[in-house]
Parts: sequence; structure tokens; C-alpha cells
Amino acid sequence: MRFLLTREQADFARSLDAMLTAADTPAVVRAWENGDHGPGLTVWRRVAEAGVFALAVPETYDGMGLLPVELVLAFRELGRHGVPGPYVETAAAAVLLAGSPDLAKEWLPRIAAGEAVVTLAEEGGYALDADAAEGVFVLGDRVTGASAGSAGELRVSADTARRLYAAERAGDALPVSPESLTAARELAMLLTAAQALGVGDTLLAQTVAYVKQRTQFGTPIGAFQAVKHRLADTLVGLEFARPLLYGAALSMSGPDIAAAKVTAGEASYAAARTALQLHGAIGYTQELDLSLWLRKARPLRDAWGTPGVCRARVLEG
Amino acid sequence: MDLDFSAEQDAFRAEARAWLAANVPAEPLPSLETEEGFAAHRAWEARLAADRWSVVSWPEEFGGRGADIFQWLIFEEEYFAAGAPGRVSQNGINLLAPTLFDHATQEQRARVLPSMATGEVIWAQAWSEPESGSDLASLRSTAVRTEGGWSLSGQKTWSSRAAFADKAFGIFRTDPDAGRPHRGLTYLMFDLRAPGVTVRPIGRLDGKPAFAELFLDEVFVPDEGVIGEVGQGWRIAMSTTGNERGLMLRSPGRFLAAADRLAADWRAHRDPAETAVRDRVADALIGARAYQLFTWTNASRFAAGETIGAESSLNKVFWSEYDIALHETALELLGPEGELADGEWAEGYVFSLAGPIYAGTNEIQRDIIAERLLGLPKGRR
Repeated sequence: MRFLLTREQADFARSLDAMLTAADTPAVVRAWENGDHGPGLTVWRRVAEAGVFALAVPETYDGMGLLPVELVLAFRELGRHGVPGPYVETAAAAVLLAGSPDLAKEWLPRIAAGEAVVTLAEEGGYALDADAAEGVFVLGDRVTGASAGSAGELRVSADTARRLYAAERAGDALPVSPESLTAARELAMLLTAAQALGVGDTLLAQTVAYVKQRTQFGTPIGAFQAVKHRLADTLVGLEFARPLLYGAALSMSGPDIAAAKVTAGEASYAAARTALQLHGAIGYTQELDLSLWLRKARPLRDAWGTPGVCRARVLEG
Repeated sequence: MDLDFSAEQDAFRAEARAWLAANVPAEPLPSLETEEGFAAHRAWEARLAADRWSVVSWPEEFGGRGADIFQWLIFEEEYFAAGAPGRVSQNGINLLAPTLFDHATQEQRARVLPSMATGEVIWAQAWSEPESGSDLASLRSTAVRTEGGWSLSGQKTWSSRAAFADKAFGIFRTDPDAGRPHRGLTYLMFDLRAPGVTVRPIGRLDGKPAFAELFLDEVFVPDEGVIGEVGQGWRIAMSTTGNERGLMLRSPGRFLAAADRLAADWRAHRDPAETAVRDRVADALIGARAYQLFTWTNASRFAAGETIGAESSLNKVFWSEYDIALHETALELLGPEGELADGEWAEGYVFSLAGPIYAGTNEIQRDIIAERLLGLPKGRR
């Protein structure tokens, strides 16, 4: 028993953090929400070069096998930096397609290398960033796939960096196993949780920085107990979500993943409410970069497993 | 990063489980907040001690098994899963004993610890005073130098189970002229039956005499009752309260067992239309798991040679709020039975209500989290 990140794991997260810090992600997000995918795809390739997609791809297809703890670390960093794009969906698609040798051969080496951007969604839902993807996979009682150019009409998400397109079944059923379908959904749930935690971590950090420098009544507002206690509760929420994520990554059991998802999603959303409230009116503006994370927290809380769905899953055992 | 137990840890768990299965009383003992229940729980301590299960983390010479932090957590999981009785010696074991290991002389350890391990002597804490609650450093009870020891005078309060306990420990002002309130305090142990001590039980919310006021009128304490250096009581006590808030007082095993019991109740009585209750039962299971994993993280940090500081305040806020939510859900699930004072969850509910208050109120904990973990500026309390 050593429930701590290894030095290698911590170094991996730090190197991603450094790379994404240098990438000026707020500018990338603002381009992405306007349909300019160029800067975002540059980041995509760097993330792939850092080995992130390979963590979801078996070694046979140029990957490193499924390494859930490392994936959780990577997706927390993507959330912390507010990186736009169908990262969760591409990683989950890798697990889905690994269940079929032909599809695996066709897609997985290119996913691992960052050459293929793909998305996937539940039938009747919305495919994230289908306009940026060359493959759209739709999950239902059978799995179907469509290629690029058929994205359809853009629906704008409450998080404008999430570009949504109706997910409808297209073409013949793909030969993927029920096990790989379940594994794909569970990985999407886990990595959305990791991303949500990263979003919450950034919202808390930005708000702590703000209340230290914002002065009212002649004193930094961070000295007031009402402000301190709200931030303390926000930290409690995030710190107790964190071990659930790592624990779920180690066990990869459905109830553990659902527990991590509901807890990280709620903690992140609570962090967003705190961040908005403590920034006051300036926090309610599109202009402030904080908005890039504020708008993300709610969709991530509900994507790939709403709190209600996750709680029911926990009780199923 | 892993969550795997070693073969040795599995064997330790199996040994604890087997002993508990053979020894835990079939019927719950009477409430330990009553005179009858206190005696029954004291007898249970002796039974634990007879097979060296009362203080597993202590060295063998004092009645323990030299268990490391992981084994202690395993023992606690098994203890609560077995539905074993509450620990009437917990204040001594969790608060005083760690202080003795860190700050006392070998003579003091040899004198105090063995009888604590068997439940022969049960210890109460004497921290708060009527005018010193959260602002504990303002305390006024004094210890005045006298021939061969100290003379204690003043008033202590909220002393858990002092109505039935044998001895007490706390901090007293030995130097009224020290520059700051935190200075000039000394950590002392005293006998609750010594001349000059008056114990007045206080009924808690449900009327049980769970705590007491202590009136001290020139109570003599010999020099060997002083722990650590005279004047260093605050620093020594703070190392104890860190234990209280942190790992030692509320082990995850307690909440894992309670959440499992709650989930079993829900499965037996569930109303599929009541999704709000269902969600809260799920939250109880999730919270217990979160607390367990958070604790394994801290235990791993301990094992790696790190120390846990202000992070223990995260713990305290979490478990105390969690415990109330769990019991509220359990009472709701019971329907009309939930109101009964002798109901299955009633005693636990009343006890949980005190959680956000004792061991440093949650308001104080949130100040600590904000100032020491988030780096926010100190303000007026």
C-alpha cells in the first residue's frame, strides 16, 4: 500500500502543466469557440507528443496500454488549463475501437500519434466538437460510425468552447463488443471527472489569488471569515474528490468511477459557484478569462453521467 | 501508486476479524454515557486488553502490538465492521497517549500507559473553560508552585465522561506574567478523586451525563504530573489536538461500517419513488469511501516520513459534516420510528451533532484551512 503518486507520475503531470502553461490556452479557447481549430489542433498534437493518447491505446497499436492513473493526471491538467477539444471522447473511442481488430488497426495508431481527432456520443445526445473530428461514433443498442463532413448543424453549449452536434446513428453497426462499449463509457466518465477536478482546482486558485488582492473596507476581502470559510469548504470538496479519482483509476470498477464522477463534478461546480460569487460582478463577464472555466463546470458535472445516474450506479454495487 | 495490502497486512486483518467475531458481545452494551454503560464498556476494554487488542498501535511493552498506521487502520475497519462497542478510553488513547509518547518521561509512560490500556484508569480531557472555548489560549485556571508540585485552581468544562472517569489531563496557567496568552501554560495530569475536585455532570441534548464541569480548589499535583517542560503546555497540547482532528479520533472504519448499515437499511425498506433519499444513501457510501481513501493518502505520507499539519482540519470538517448527514438520512429512512429516543440510530445522531463543535469548532478549522492551506490573510475572528 502506497497511495501516493510515484515520482514519475508527478513529473509527468508537471511536464504537461509546463507545456500547457506555455500554450496560452485562453487564446486557444477563444479561437476554438469561434470555429478556428488551428491553435487548438496545435495543442492537440503537443498533447499527443507528450504521450497522452497513447495511455489509452494498447501496445499492439503503438500505445502504452491502458494506464488509467496517468490518464487521470493528464485530464486533470487539461481541465486545469481549460483546453478545448474532444479529448475525453477520443480517449474513450480508443477503448471502444480496441474491441475490434479491424477498427483498432485503422484508428488506434493514428489516435495515439495525435493524427486522428474523433468524437463519440450517446445516440440522441450531442457529439462534442464533431466539426473538428474526422470520425464520429454514436453509442446506442448498437454502435455506428460516420466520417468527417457530416457533422450537421452547430448547437452552442452553455460553454461556448464546447461545440455540439446532434448524434444520430449512421451506417451499419460496427463490430465492437459490449465489454468495450461499457469500458468506453466508463473511461469517458472517469476522464470527465478528472477534467472537472482540474477545472475546479483552477477556479479555486484564481479565486484565492483574487481575494488576496481585491480590497474593500480598507482590507483584502480574503481576510473576511465569510469569504475564507466559503473557500475552505471549496477546498474540502476538491480534496476529498481527488482520492476517489485515483482510487477509481486503480480499480476501474463501475461504482468507483461513478463515485468519483459525482464527487468531482459537484466539487468543481461548487468551486465555480464560489468563484463567481467571490469575484462579484467582474466574474459575471465574458471578458475575464475566469469565464472560460466558470462555463465549463456545469456541463462537465453532467456529461458522461449526471449526478443522479452516478449515485444510482454506486448503489447498484 | 497502489491500494494493495501485503500478505502480512491480510494476515493481521484476518486475525483481528477472527478475534472480534469470537468476542464482540452479541447484544449492544448500554449507552456509554450512563453509569451502567460506562462500567460495561470499561469491562470491554479489559477484554480487549487481555488479548492485546485495546491499543494495537502502542509498543508491546505498554500492552500494544507495535502496529503501524496501516495495521491500525485495518484494525479499525474490522472493529467497526464487527459492530464492536464504542471506546470508553478513547480520550486517553487518542489524546493523552500520543502526548506521552512525544513528550513524557519513560517513568511517566510506564506509570500511566499500562492502566490506560486495560481500562483500569479512564482519562477525561480538561481543556475548555467557561470563558475559553475557541479562544482556548485565554484560559484562566492556574497551577501555582507549591512544595513538591503544583496547586490547581479554577474551572474546566465540557469534560467528556468526566462524571465517571478516574483522571484528567489539561493545560493550566503557570506563569500569569508571560508576555502572550499562549505562553506560560503547562500540561498537567490530575486525579479526579483528589481533594479539592468537584465534578458536576452536565446533561447533553438528550439528557445523558456525557460531559461535566470540573471545579478545582487548590488541588495538589505532584511534579511527576507535569508533562514536558513547564511553560510549554500550549505547544504540547497543540500536537495532541492535531491527532484529535486528524487521523486518530475518527478512523474511516467507523463511517464505512455506518454507511454499509445505512445502505442495508435502505435496501430493506426502499421506496423506488424516493430518489432524494436514494441519492443521500449513495452519498453516504461515497463519502465513506472518500474519507477512507483520503486517509490512506495521509497514512502513505506518514509512512514516507512526512508530517500532517493543517491538512488535519480538512479531515475534521469533512467527517463531522458527513457524520450528521449520514445520521439524518438514517433517521429519515426509519420514518415514524426515527423520532424515538431509543431508536437504532438515535444515540449516534445525538453524538454526531456535537462533531462540528468539539476538537476545535468547524469555524476555527475553516480559518486554519483558509490561512494555512490557502494562504489567506489573518483577520479578526
